[in-house]
Amino acid sequence: MGRLYAVVAAGGFRRYATYRVATVAGVFTNCVFGFIVAYAYTALWDARPRLGGYDLPQAVTYVWLGQALLAACATMGGGFEDELIERIRTGDIAVDLYRPADLQLWWLAGDLGRAAFQLLGRGIVPMAVGAFAFDLALPGDALTWLAFLCAVLLGLVVSFALRFLIALSAFWLLDGAGMAQMGMLAAMFFSGMLLPLNVFPGALGELARALPWSALLQVPADIFLGRRTGWDLVGAFGFQAAWALALLMAGRALQSVATRRVVVQGG
Amino acid sequence: MAEDVAVAAPAEAAPGAGGRSGAEPWIPELSRGAVLWNGLRAYGLIVAMWTRSTMAYRASFAMMAFGNFAATAFDFVAILMMFSHIESLGGFSLSEVAFLYGTAGTAFGLAELVLGSMNRLGGRVRDGTLDTLLVRPVPVLAQVAADKFALRRLGRVLQGLLVLGYGLATLDLDWTVARVLLLPTMIVSGAAIFCAVFVVGGAFQFWAQDASEVQNAFTYGGNTLLQYPPSVFGRELVRGVTFVVPLAFANWIPALYIMGREVPLGLPQEVAFLPPVVAAVCCALAGLVWRTGLRAYRSTGS
Repeated sequence: MGRLYAVVAAGGFRRYATYRVATVAGVFTNCVFGFIVAYAYTALWDARPRLGGYDLPQAVTYVWLGQALLAACATMGGGFEDELIERIRTGDIAVDLYRPADLQLWWLAGDLGRAAFQLLGRGIVPMAVGAFAFDLALPGDALTWLAFLCAVLLGLVVSFALRFLIALSAFWLLDGAGMAQMGMLAAMFFSGMLLPLNVFPGALGELARALPWSALLQVPADIFLGRRTGWDLVGAFGFQAAWALALLMAGRALQSVATRRVVVQGG
Repeated sequence: MAEDVAVAAPAEAAPGAGGRSGAEPWIPELSRGAVLWNGLRAYGLIVAMWTRSTMAYRASFAMMAFGNFAATAFDFVAILMMFSHIESLGGFSLSEVAFLYGTAGTAFGLAELVLGSMNRLGGRVRDGTLDTLLVRPVPVLAQVAADKFALRRLGRVLQGLLVLGYGLATLDLDWTVARVLLLPTMIVSGAAIFCAVFVVGGAFQFWAQDASEVQNAFTYGGNTLLQYPPSVFGRELVRGVTFVVPLAFANWIPALYIMGREVPLGLPQEVAFLPPVVAAVCCALAGLVWRTGLRAYRSTGS
Protein backbone atom coordinates (compact mmCIF):
# COMPACT_ATOMS: atom_id res chain seq x y z
CA MET A 1 0.00 0.00 0.00
CA GLY A 2 2.84 2.36 0.86
CA ARG A 3 4.28 1.80 -2.58
CA LEU A 4 1.14 3.14 -4.25
CA TYR A 5 1.43 6.48 -2.46
CA ALA A 6 5.15 6.68 -3.24
CA VAL A 7 4.28 6.30 -6.92
CA VAL A 8 1.59 8.98 -6.65
CA ALA A 9 4.07 11.32 -4.96
CA ALA A 10 6.67 10.66 -7.65
CA GLY A 11 4.00 11.42 -10.24
CA GLY A 12 3.23 14.74 -8.55
CA PHE A 13 6.93 15.60 -8.61
CA ARG A 14 7.34 14.71 -12.29
CA ARG A 15 4.18 16.50 -13.31
CA TYR A 16 5.40 19.86 -12.04
CA ALA A 17 8.96 19.22 -13.17
CA THR A 18 7.64 19.19 -16.76
CA TYR A 19 6.98 22.93 -16.78
CA ARG A 20 10.56 24.19 -16.88
CA VAL A 21 9.88 27.62 -18.37
CA ALA A 22 7.12 28.22 -15.83
CA THR A 23 9.54 27.29 -13.04
CA VAL A 24 12.16 29.74 -14.29
CA ALA A 25 9.49 32.44 -14.62
CA GLY A 26 8.33 31.74 -11.06
CA VAL A 27 11.88 31.92 -9.71
CA PHE A 28 12.34 35.28 -11.45
CA THR A 29 9.18 36.66 -9.85
CA ASN A 30 10.17 35.30 -6.42
CA CYS A 31 13.51 37.07 -6.75
CA VAL A 32 11.95 40.40 -7.76
CA PHE A 33 9.58 40.31 -4.78
CA GLY A 34 12.45 39.18 -2.57
CA PHE A 35 14.45 42.28 -3.49
CA ILE A 36 11.52 44.67 -3.00
CA VAL A 37 10.53 43.29 0.41
CA ALA A 38 14.14 42.90 1.56
CA TYR A 39 14.77 46.60 0.87
CA ALA A 40 11.58 47.57 2.70
CA TYR A 41 12.56 45.44 5.71
CA THR A 42 16.04 46.94 5.67
CA ALA A 43 14.48 50.39 6.07
CA LEU A 44 12.21 49.06 8.83
CA TRP A 45 15.03 47.39 10.76
CA ASP A 46 17.29 50.41 10.26
CA ALA A 47 14.67 52.48 12.05
CA ARG A 48 14.04 49.83 14.75
CA PRO A 49 17.04 47.50 15.15
CA ARG A 50 16.16 44.18 16.85
CA LEU A 51 12.47 44.57 16.04
CA GLY A 52 10.66 41.34 16.92
CA GLY A 53 13.93 39.92 18.24
CA TYR A 54 15.52 39.76 14.76
CA ASP A 55 18.64 41.61 13.77
CA LEU A 56 18.86 42.94 10.20
CA PRO A 57 20.51 39.86 8.57
CA GLN A 58 17.89 37.64 10.24
CA ALA A 59 15.03 39.84 9.01
CA VAL A 60 16.35 39.78 5.44
CA THR A 61 16.89 36.01 5.66
CA TYR A 62 13.25 35.73 6.72
CA VAL A 63 12.20 37.53 3.52
CA TRP A 64 14.11 35.15 1.27
CA LEU A 65 12.92 32.09 3.21
CA GLY A 66 9.37 33.31 2.60
CA GLN A 67 10.00 33.59 -1.13
CA ALA A 68 11.70 30.19 -1.21
CA LEU A 69 8.82 28.43 0.59
CA LEU A 70 5.97 30.33 -1.10
CA ALA A 71 5.46 27.91 -4.00
CA ALA A 72 6.08 24.75 -1.97
CA CYS A 73 3.52 25.73 0.69
CA ALA A 74 1.11 26.86 -2.07
CA THR A 75 0.41 29.91 0.11
CA MET A 76 -0.93 31.82 -2.89
CA GLY A 77 -2.61 28.75 -4.40
CA GLY A 78 -1.28 26.56 -7.16
CA GLY A 79 -1.56 23.28 -5.24
CA PHE A 80 -3.95 20.39 -5.65
CA GLU A 81 -7.02 22.20 -4.28
CA ASP A 82 -8.25 23.77 -7.54
CA GLU A 83 -8.21 20.37 -9.18
CA LEU A 84 -10.05 18.65 -6.32
CA ILE A 85 -12.67 21.43 -6.25
CA GLU A 86 -13.16 21.03 -9.98
CA ARG A 87 -13.55 17.24 -9.60
CA ILE A 88 -16.17 17.73 -6.90
CA ARG A 89 -18.01 20.29 -9.05
CA THR A 90 -18.06 18.10 -12.13
CA GLY A 91 -18.80 14.90 -10.24
CA ASP A 92 -15.54 13.19 -11.23
CA ILE A 93 -14.96 12.77 -7.49
CA ALA A 94 -17.24 9.71 -7.70
CA VAL A 95 -14.51 7.95 -9.67
CA ASP A 96 -11.92 8.87 -7.02
CA LEU A 97 -14.14 7.57 -4.25
CA TYR A 98 -14.39 4.02 -5.55
CA ARG A 99 -10.70 3.70 -6.25
CA PRO A 100 -8.99 1.20 -3.94
CA ALA A 101 -7.01 4.03 -2.35
CA ASP A 102 -7.71 6.48 0.44
CA LEU A 103 -8.87 9.86 -0.92
CA GLN A 104 -6.99 12.00 1.60
CA LEU A 105 -3.73 10.01 1.44
CA TRP A 106 -3.90 9.96 -2.37
CA TRP A 107 -4.06 13.75 -2.62
CA LEU A 108 -1.56 14.18 0.24
CA ALA A 109 0.99 12.04 -1.60
CA GLY A 110 0.47 13.93 -4.87
CA ASP A 111 0.72 17.31 -3.16
CA LEU A 112 3.88 16.36 -1.25
CA GLY A 113 5.42 15.30 -4.56
CA ARG A 114 4.55 18.69 -6.03
CA ALA A 115 5.89 20.49 -2.96
CA ALA A 116 9.15 18.52 -3.10
CA PHE A 117 9.70 19.69 -6.66
CA GLN A 118 8.81 23.29 -5.89
CA LEU A 119 11.04 23.29 -2.83
CA LEU A 120 13.96 22.37 -5.09
CA GLY A 121 12.94 24.18 -8.26
CA ARG A 122 11.53 27.34 -6.74
CA GLY A 123 13.37 27.41 -3.41
CA ILE A 124 17.08 26.99 -3.98
CA VAL A 125 17.71 29.70 -6.59
CA PRO A 126 15.90 32.56 -4.76
CA MET A 127 17.77 31.62 -1.57
CA ALA A 128 21.09 31.69 -3.47
CA VAL A 129 20.24 35.02 -5.10
CA GLY A 130 19.32 36.43 -1.70
CA ALA A 131 22.57 35.18 -0.18
CA PHE A 132 24.50 36.73 -3.06
CA ALA A 133 22.87 40.17 -2.85
CA PHE A 134 22.34 40.52 0.92
CA ASP A 135 24.05 39.59 4.14
CA LEU A 136 22.00 36.58 5.28
CA ALA A 137 22.04 34.72 8.60
CA LEU A 138 22.58 31.18 7.32
CA PRO A 139 22.91 28.38 9.88
CA GLY A 140 26.42 27.07 10.28
CA ASP A 141 25.73 23.52 11.44
CA ALA A 142 24.13 20.65 9.58
CA LEU A 143 21.75 19.81 12.44
CA THR A 144 19.98 23.16 12.15
CA TRP A 145 19.51 22.58 8.42
CA LEU A 146 18.12 19.12 9.17
CA ALA A 147 15.74 20.48 11.81
CA PHE A 148 14.67 23.17 9.35
CA LEU A 149 13.87 20.58 6.66
CA CYS A 150 11.82 18.55 9.17
CA ALA A 151 9.89 21.70 10.10
CA VAL A 152 9.30 22.45 6.41
CA LEU A 153 7.95 18.93 5.89
CA LEU A 154 5.57 19.30 8.84
CA GLY A 155 4.55 22.72 7.51
CA LEU A 156 3.77 21.21 4.12
CA VAL A 157 1.48 18.63 5.76
CA VAL A 158 -0.33 21.37 7.72
CA SER A 159 -0.68 23.37 4.51
CA PHE A 160 -2.13 20.33 2.74
CA ALA A 161 -4.56 19.58 5.57
CA LEU A 162 -5.88 23.16 5.52
CA ARG A 163 -6.37 23.17 1.76
CA PHE A 164 -8.01 19.74 1.88
CA LEU A 165 -10.64 21.11 4.27
CA ILE A 166 -11.18 24.12 2.00
CA ALA A 167 -11.51 21.94 -1.08
CA LEU A 168 -14.08 19.66 0.61
CA SER A 169 -16.30 22.68 1.23
CA ALA A 170 -17.09 22.45 -2.49
CA PHE A 171 -19.33 19.47 -1.67
CA TRP A 172 -21.74 21.96 -0.13
CA LEU A 173 -20.93 25.20 -1.96
CA LEU A 174 -20.27 23.77 -5.46
CA ASP A 175 -18.40 26.93 -6.44
CA GLY A 176 -15.31 26.56 -4.28
CA ALA A 177 -13.47 29.55 -5.74
CA GLY A 178 -14.65 31.94 -3.02
CA MET A 179 -13.55 29.60 -0.23
CA ALA A 180 -10.22 28.95 -1.93
CA GLN A 181 -9.62 32.69 -2.10
CA MET A 182 -10.49 33.15 1.58
CA GLY A 183 -8.08 30.33 2.40
CA MET A 184 -5.33 32.02 0.42
CA LEU A 185 -5.95 35.32 2.20
CA ALA A 186 -5.73 33.70 5.62
CA ALA A 187 -2.59 31.84 4.60
CA MET A 188 -0.87 34.99 3.28
CA PHE A 189 -1.63 36.99 6.38
CA PHE A 190 -1.33 34.43 9.18
CA SER A 191 1.68 32.53 7.83
CA GLY A 192 3.79 35.63 8.28
CA MET A 193 4.30 36.14 4.55
CA LEU A 194 3.36 39.84 4.72
CA LEU A 195 5.17 40.56 7.98
CA PRO A 196 6.87 38.22 10.49
CA LEU A 197 4.34 37.16 13.13
CA ASN A 198 6.64 38.25 15.98
CA VAL A 199 6.28 41.84 14.72
CA PHE A 200 2.45 41.61 14.96
CA PRO A 201 1.27 43.74 17.89
CA GLY A 202 -0.10 42.35 21.19
CA ALA A 203 -3.06 39.98 21.15
CA LEU A 204 -3.12 39.75 17.36
CA GLY A 205 0.44 38.47 17.52
CA GLU A 206 -0.45 35.91 20.20
CA LEU A 207 -3.38 34.72 18.12
CA ALA A 208 -1.44 34.58 14.84
CA ARG A 209 1.37 32.57 16.44
CA ALA A 210 -1.12 30.02 17.81
CA LEU A 211 -2.98 29.50 14.52
CA PRO A 212 -1.99 26.62 12.20
CA TRP A 213 -0.74 28.92 9.42
CA SER A 214 2.27 29.90 11.54
CA ALA A 215 3.52 26.33 10.96
CA LEU A 216 4.02 27.15 7.25
CA LEU A 217 6.65 29.87 7.48
CA GLN A 218 7.15 31.40 10.93
CA VAL A 219 8.09 28.18 12.74
CA PRO A 220 10.48 26.84 10.05
CA ALA A 221 12.04 30.31 9.72
CA ASP A 222 12.60 30.62 13.47
CA ILE A 223 14.28 27.20 13.49
CA PHE A 224 16.42 28.21 10.50
CA LEU A 225 17.44 31.41 12.28
CA GLY A 226 18.50 29.43 15.35
CA ARG A 227 15.86 30.95 17.61
CA ARG A 228 14.37 27.62 18.62
CA THR A 229 16.79 25.10 20.06
CA GLY A 230 16.74 22.34 22.68
CA TRP A 231 13.34 21.78 24.29
CA ASP A 232 11.99 24.81 22.46
CA LEU A 233 12.75 23.01 19.20
CA VAL A 234 10.85 19.95 20.40
CA GLY A 235 7.98 22.26 21.31
CA ALA A 236 8.02 23.75 17.79
CA PHE A 237 7.84 20.29 16.21
CA GLY A 238 5.09 19.33 18.66
CA PHE A 239 3.07 22.43 17.72
CA GLN A 240 3.35 21.65 14.01
CA ALA A 241 2.64 17.94 14.45
CA ALA A 242 -0.38 18.61 16.66
CA TRP A 243 -1.93 20.95 14.11
CA ALA A 244 -1.10 18.55 11.26
CA LEU A 245 -2.76 15.66 13.09
CA ALA A 246 -5.80 17.66 14.21
CA LEU A 247 -6.42 19.12 10.75
CA LEU A 248 -5.91 15.79 8.97
CA MET A 249 -8.43 14.18 11.34
CA ALA A 250 -10.86 17.02 10.75
CA GLY A 251 -10.45 16.53 7.01
CA ARG A 252 -11.12 12.83 7.42
CA ALA A 253 -14.28 13.51 9.45
CA LEU A 254 -15.52 16.07 6.94
CA GLN A 255 -14.77 13.66 4.12
CA SER A 256 -16.91 10.92 5.65
CA VAL A 257 -19.79 13.35 6.24
CA ALA A 258 -19.46 14.65 2.69
CA THR A 259 -19.43 11.26 1.05
CA ARG A 260 -22.35 9.98 3.15
CA ARG A 261 -24.70 12.94 3.02
CA VAL A 262 -24.00 14.78 -0.19
CA VAL A 263 -25.34 13.71 -3.53
CA VAL A 264 -22.56 13.76 -6.06
CA GLN A 265 -23.08 16.11 -8.98
CA GLY A 266 -23.10 14.98 -12.55
CA GLY A 267 -24.80 12.29 -14.50
CA MET B 1 -2.36 28.51 -40.58
CA ALA B 2 -3.56 30.96 -38.02
CA GLU B 3 -0.81 33.37 -38.90
CA ASP B 4 -1.99 33.46 -42.51
CA VAL B 5 -5.44 34.38 -41.36
CA ALA B 6 -4.16 37.13 -39.12
CA VAL B 7 -1.75 38.77 -41.49
CA ALA B 8 -2.88 38.03 -44.97
CA ALA B 9 -6.65 37.91 -44.72
CA PRO B 10 -7.47 41.46 -45.77
CA ALA B 11 -5.10 41.45 -48.75
CA GLU B 12 -5.71 38.03 -50.23
CA ALA B 13 -9.11 37.38 -51.62
CA ALA B 14 -11.32 35.00 -49.70
CA PRO B 15 -12.41 31.92 -51.67
CA GLY B 16 -15.86 33.31 -52.37
CA ALA B 17 -14.59 36.62 -53.67
CA GLY B 18 -12.19 35.18 -56.22
CA GLY B 19 -14.62 35.09 -59.12
CA ARG B 20 -15.50 38.76 -59.00
CA SER B 21 -13.29 41.81 -59.24
CA GLY B 22 -10.27 39.88 -57.97
CA ALA B 23 -8.71 41.99 -55.25
CA GLU B 24 -11.91 42.96 -53.50
CA PRO B 25 -11.24 42.45 -49.77
CA TRP B 26 -13.79 40.48 -47.79
CA ILE B 27 -13.21 42.62 -44.75
CA PRO B 28 -13.84 46.28 -45.54
CA GLU B 29 -10.78 48.53 -45.25
CA LEU B 30 -11.02 50.54 -42.06
CA SER B 31 -9.30 53.72 -41.06
CA ARG B 32 -7.15 53.67 -37.91
CA GLY B 33 -9.80 55.49 -35.91
CA ALA B 34 -12.47 53.07 -37.05
CA VAL B 35 -10.31 50.09 -36.07
CA LEU B 36 -9.77 51.60 -32.63
CA TRP B 37 -13.48 52.35 -32.23
CA ASN B 38 -14.33 48.86 -33.43
CA GLY B 39 -11.94 47.34 -30.89
CA LEU B 40 -13.24 49.42 -27.99
CA ARG B 41 -16.84 48.60 -28.90
CA ALA B 42 -16.04 44.88 -29.06
CA TYR B 43 -14.20 45.15 -25.74
CA GLY B 44 -17.26 46.81 -24.20
CA LEU B 45 -19.59 44.14 -25.53
CA ILE B 46 -17.47 41.25 -24.25
CA VAL B 47 -17.05 42.97 -20.89
CA ALA B 48 -20.83 43.43 -20.62
CA MET B 49 -21.32 39.76 -21.43
CA TRP B 50 -18.90 38.57 -18.72
CA THR B 51 -20.40 40.99 -16.22
CA ARG B 52 -23.88 39.60 -16.86
CA SER B 53 -22.59 36.06 -16.50
CA THR B 54 -20.80 36.93 -13.21
CA MET B 55 -23.96 38.50 -11.84
CA ALA B 56 -25.76 35.18 -12.25
CA TYR B 57 -23.94 34.08 -9.07
CA ARG B 58 -24.33 37.17 -6.92
CA ALA B 59 -23.23 35.58 -3.65
CA SER B 60 -20.06 34.23 -5.19
CA PHE B 61 -19.41 37.61 -6.81
CA ALA B 62 -19.87 39.46 -3.51
CA MET B 63 -17.50 37.03 -1.79
CA MET B 64 -14.85 37.37 -4.50
CA ALA B 65 -15.12 41.17 -4.65
CA PHE B 66 -14.76 41.32 -0.88
CA GLY B 67 -11.85 38.89 -1.16
CA ASN B 68 -10.10 41.17 -3.64
CA PHE B 69 -10.71 44.13 -1.37
CA ALA B 70 -9.48 42.25 1.69
CA ALA B 71 -6.43 40.82 -0.06
CA THR B 72 -5.13 44.29 -0.82
CA ALA B 73 -6.34 45.63 2.51
CA PHE B 74 -4.07 43.10 4.30
CA ASP B 75 -1.16 44.64 2.39
CA PHE B 76 -1.94 47.95 3.97
CA VAL B 77 -2.55 46.38 7.39
CA ALA B 78 1.04 45.08 7.19
CA ILE B 79 2.22 48.65 6.52
CA LEU B 80 0.13 49.92 9.45
CA MET B 81 1.74 47.30 11.68
CA MET B 82 5.17 48.44 10.52
CA PHE B 83 4.25 51.99 11.50
CA SER B 84 3.10 50.82 14.93
CA HIS B 85 6.81 50.32 15.61
CA ILE B 86 8.30 53.30 13.76
CA GLU B 87 7.64 56.97 13.09
CA SER B 88 8.95 57.07 9.55
CA LEU B 89 10.06 54.60 6.89
CA GLY B 90 12.95 55.82 4.76
CA GLY B 91 12.15 59.34 5.95
CA PHE B 92 8.45 59.17 5.02
CA SER B 93 5.54 59.38 7.45
CA LEU B 94 2.55 57.02 7.47
CA SER B 95 0.39 59.64 5.70
CA GLU B 96 2.96 60.04 2.96
CA VAL B 97 3.30 56.28 2.52
CA ALA B 98 -0.52 56.06 2.44
CA PHE B 99 -0.55 58.65 -0.34
CA LEU B 100 2.02 56.66 -2.32
CA TYR B 101 0.14 53.43 -1.63
CA GLY B 102 -3.21 54.92 -2.59
CA THR B 103 -2.09 56.46 -5.86
CA ALA B 104 -0.17 53.33 -6.91
CA GLY B 105 -2.98 51.01 -5.81
CA THR B 106 -5.70 52.97 -7.60
CA ALA B 107 -3.74 53.31 -10.85
CA PHE B 108 -2.70 49.68 -10.79
CA GLY B 109 -6.19 48.55 -9.80
CA LEU B 110 -7.68 50.33 -12.81
CA ALA B 111 -5.14 48.74 -15.16
CA GLU B 112 -5.76 45.32 -13.61
CA LEU B 113 -9.51 45.76 -13.98
CA VAL B 114 -9.16 46.60 -17.67
CA LEU B 115 -6.36 44.22 -18.69
CA GLY B 116 -5.94 41.77 -15.81
CA SER B 117 -6.91 38.86 -18.05
CA MET B 118 -3.78 39.23 -20.18
CA ASN B 119 -1.95 36.50 -18.28
CA ARG B 120 -4.45 33.96 -19.60
CA LEU B 121 -2.98 34.41 -23.06
CA GLY B 122 -0.19 31.88 -22.53
CA GLY B 123 -2.76 29.21 -21.73
CA ARG B 124 -4.67 30.02 -24.91
CA VAL B 125 -1.48 29.79 -26.98
CA ARG B 126 -0.68 26.44 -25.38
CA ASP B 127 -4.06 24.79 -25.89
CA GLY B 128 -4.66 26.36 -29.29
CA THR B 129 -7.85 28.26 -28.44
CA LEU B 130 -6.21 31.51 -29.58
CA ASP B 131 -6.93 30.43 -33.16
CA THR B 132 -10.64 30.97 -32.54
CA LEU B 133 -9.95 34.59 -31.65
CA LEU B 134 -7.89 35.13 -34.79
CA VAL B 135 -10.69 34.31 -37.21
CA ARG B 136 -13.21 36.67 -35.63
CA PRO B 137 -13.49 40.13 -37.21
CA VAL B 138 -12.56 41.80 -33.92
CA PRO B 139 -9.07 42.95 -32.84
CA VAL B 140 -7.35 40.11 -30.97
CA LEU B 141 -6.15 42.46 -28.23
CA ALA B 142 -9.73 43.48 -27.43
CA GLN B 143 -10.80 39.85 -27.23
CA VAL B 144 -7.88 38.72 -25.06
CA ALA B 145 -8.17 41.76 -22.78
CA ALA B 146 -11.89 41.25 -22.20
CA ASP B 147 -11.63 37.46 -21.84
CA LYS B 148 -13.22 36.44 -18.51
CA PHE B 149 -13.46 40.09 -17.47
CA ALA B 150 -13.59 40.16 -13.67
CA LEU B 151 -15.61 42.99 -12.19
CA ARG B 152 -14.56 41.79 -8.72
CA ARG B 153 -11.24 43.55 -9.35
CA LEU B 154 -13.05 46.77 -8.48
CA GLY B 155 -12.28 45.68 -4.90
CA ARG B 156 -8.64 46.68 -5.37
CA VAL B 157 -9.54 50.05 -6.91
CA LEU B 158 -11.88 50.80 -4.01
CA GLN B 159 -9.24 49.85 -1.47
CA GLY B 160 -6.66 52.06 -3.22
CA LEU B 161 -9.07 54.99 -3.23
CA LEU B 162 -9.82 54.56 0.48
CA VAL B 163 -6.14 54.57 1.40
CA LEU B 164 -5.58 57.55 -0.91
CA GLY B 165 -8.45 59.34 0.84
CA TYR B 166 -6.86 58.60 4.21
CA GLY B 167 -3.51 59.89 2.97
CA LEU B 168 -5.03 63.10 1.57
CA ALA B 169 -7.07 63.72 4.71
CA THR B 170 -4.10 63.40 7.05
CA LEU B 171 -1.50 65.17 4.91
CA ASP B 172 -1.21 68.93 5.11
CA LEU B 173 -0.49 69.64 1.46
CA ASP B 174 0.25 72.94 -0.18
CA TRP B 175 -2.34 72.74 -2.98
CA THR B 176 -1.69 74.72 -6.14
CA VAL B 177 -3.71 74.50 -9.36
CA ALA B 178 -0.92 72.45 -10.94
CA ARG B 179 -0.93 69.97 -8.07
CA VAL B 180 -4.73 69.61 -8.07
CA LEU B 181 -4.68 68.90 -11.81
CA LEU B 182 -1.70 66.58 -11.52
CA LEU B 183 -3.41 64.21 -9.07
CA PRO B 184 -6.09 62.78 -11.43
CA THR B 185 -3.66 63.04 -14.35
CA MET B 186 -1.05 60.92 -12.58
CA ILE B 187 -3.59 58.24 -11.71
CA VAL B 188 -4.89 57.97 -15.27
CA SER B 189 -1.34 58.08 -16.69
CA GLY B 190 -0.20 55.55 -14.12
CA ALA B 191 -3.04 53.22 -15.12
CA ALA B 192 -2.03 53.65 -18.77
CA ILE B 193 1.62 52.84 -17.97
CA PHE B 194 0.55 49.69 -16.09
CA CYS B 195 -1.75 48.82 -19.04
CA ALA B 196 1.25 49.02 -21.35
CA VAL B 197 3.15 46.66 -19.02
CA PHE B 198 0.21 44.24 -19.08
CA VAL B 199 0.12 44.32 -22.91
CA VAL B 200 3.88 43.78 -23.24
CA GLY B 201 3.62 40.95 -20.70
CA GLY B 202 0.82 39.44 -22.77
CA ALA B 203 2.81 39.75 -26.00
CA PHE B 204 5.78 38.08 -24.31
CA GLN B 205 3.63 34.97 -23.87
CA PHE B 206 3.45 34.51 -27.65
CA TRP B 207 7.10 33.50 -27.38
CA ALA B 208 7.19 31.94 -23.92
CA GLN B 209 3.79 30.47 -23.22
CA ASP B 210 4.47 29.14 -19.73
CA ALA B 211 6.20 32.28 -18.56
CA SER B 212 3.11 34.28 -17.65
CA GLU B 213 4.46 34.63 -14.13
CA VAL B 214 7.30 36.88 -15.33
CA GLN B 215 4.65 39.48 -16.02
CA ASN B 216 3.57 39.36 -12.36
CA ALA B 217 7.02 40.56 -11.36
CA PHE B 218 6.47 43.79 -13.28
CA THR B 219 2.75 44.31 -12.63
CA TYR B 220 2.09 43.14 -9.07
CA GLY B 221 5.77 43.58 -8.20
CA GLY B 222 5.76 47.09 -9.65
CA ASN B 223 2.69 47.94 -7.62
CA THR B 224 4.31 46.66 -4.41
CA LEU B 225 7.48 48.61 -5.21
CA LEU B 226 5.67 51.91 -5.72
CA GLN B 227 3.86 51.57 -2.40
CA TYR B 228 7.11 52.23 -0.57
CA PRO B 229 9.08 55.48 -0.84
CA PRO B 230 11.99 55.42 -3.33
CA SER B 231 14.45 56.30 -0.54
CA VAL B 232 13.99 52.73 0.74
CA PHE B 233 15.46 51.17 -2.39
CA GLY B 234 18.92 51.05 -3.86
CA ARG B 235 19.81 53.78 -6.32
CA GLU B 236 20.25 51.27 -9.16
CA LEU B 237 16.73 49.93 -8.66
CA VAL B 238 15.27 53.46 -8.70
CA ARG B 239 17.27 54.20 -11.86
CA GLY B 240 15.90 51.02 -13.44
CA VAL B 241 12.25 51.84 -12.79
CA THR B 242 12.77 55.41 -13.98
CA PHE B 243 14.64 54.88 -17.23
CA VAL B 244 14.15 51.23 -18.22
CA VAL B 245 10.65 50.25 -17.08
CA PRO B 246 9.35 53.76 -16.36
CA LEU B 247 7.09 52.79 -13.46
CA ALA B 248 8.45 55.71 -11.44
CA PHE B 249 6.35 58.02 -13.62
CA ALA B 250 3.22 56.10 -12.61
CA ASN B 251 3.49 57.42 -9.10
CA TRP B 252 6.82 58.20 -7.42
CA ILE B 253 7.83 61.24 -9.46
CA PRO B 254 4.46 63.04 -9.64
CA ALA B 255 3.49 61.95 -6.09
CA LEU B 256 6.69 63.33 -4.59
CA TYR B 257 6.10 66.60 -6.42
CA ILE B 258 2.55 66.84 -5.07
CA MET B 259 3.83 66.18 -1.56
CA GLY B 260 6.41 68.93 -2.05
CA ARG B 261 9.37 66.60 -1.76
CA GLU B 262 12.39 66.29 -3.97
CA VAL B 263 12.02 64.23 -7.11
CA PRO B 264 14.33 61.15 -6.94
CA LEU B 265 17.71 60.86 -8.68
CA GLY B 266 18.16 64.63 -8.58
CA LEU B 267 15.93 65.10 -11.62
CA PRO B 268 14.42 68.58 -12.20
CA GLN B 269 10.97 69.23 -10.69
CA GLU B 270 9.43 69.66 -14.16
CA VAL B 271 9.65 65.91 -14.89
CA ALA B 272 6.67 65.56 -12.54
CA PHE B 273 4.48 66.70 -15.43
CA LEU B 274 5.81 64.09 -17.84
CA PRO B 275 3.56 61.12 -16.90
CA PRO B 276 1.03 61.66 -19.74
CA VAL B 277 3.88 61.79 -22.26
CA VAL B 278 5.59 58.73 -20.78
CA ALA B 279 2.24 56.91 -20.75
CA ALA B 280 1.61 57.73 -24.42
CA VAL B 281 5.08 56.52 -25.44
CA CYS B 282 4.68 53.35 -23.36
CA CYS B 283 1.30 52.57 -24.93
CA ALA B 284 2.66 53.14 -28.45
CA LEU B 285 5.62 50.86 -27.75
CA ALA B 286 3.34 48.25 -26.18
CA GLY B 287 1.16 48.30 -29.30
CA LEU B 288 4.23 47.71 -31.43
CA VAL B 289 5.41 44.81 -29.26
CA TRP B 290 1.92 43.32 -29.28
CA ARG B 291 1.74 43.40 -33.09
CA THR B 292 5.20 41.85 -33.38
CA GLY B 293 4.19 39.14 -30.93
CA LEU B 294 0.96 38.40 -32.77
CA ARG B 295 2.84 38.06 -36.05
CA ALA B 296 5.33 35.69 -34.45
CA TYR B 297 2.51 33.44 -33.25
CA ARG B 298 2.59 29.89 -34.57
CA SER B 299 -0.48 27.85 -33.92
CA THR B 300 -0.13 24.46 -32.21
CA GLY B 301 -1.54 23.22 -35.48
CA SER B 302 -3.40 20.25 -34.08
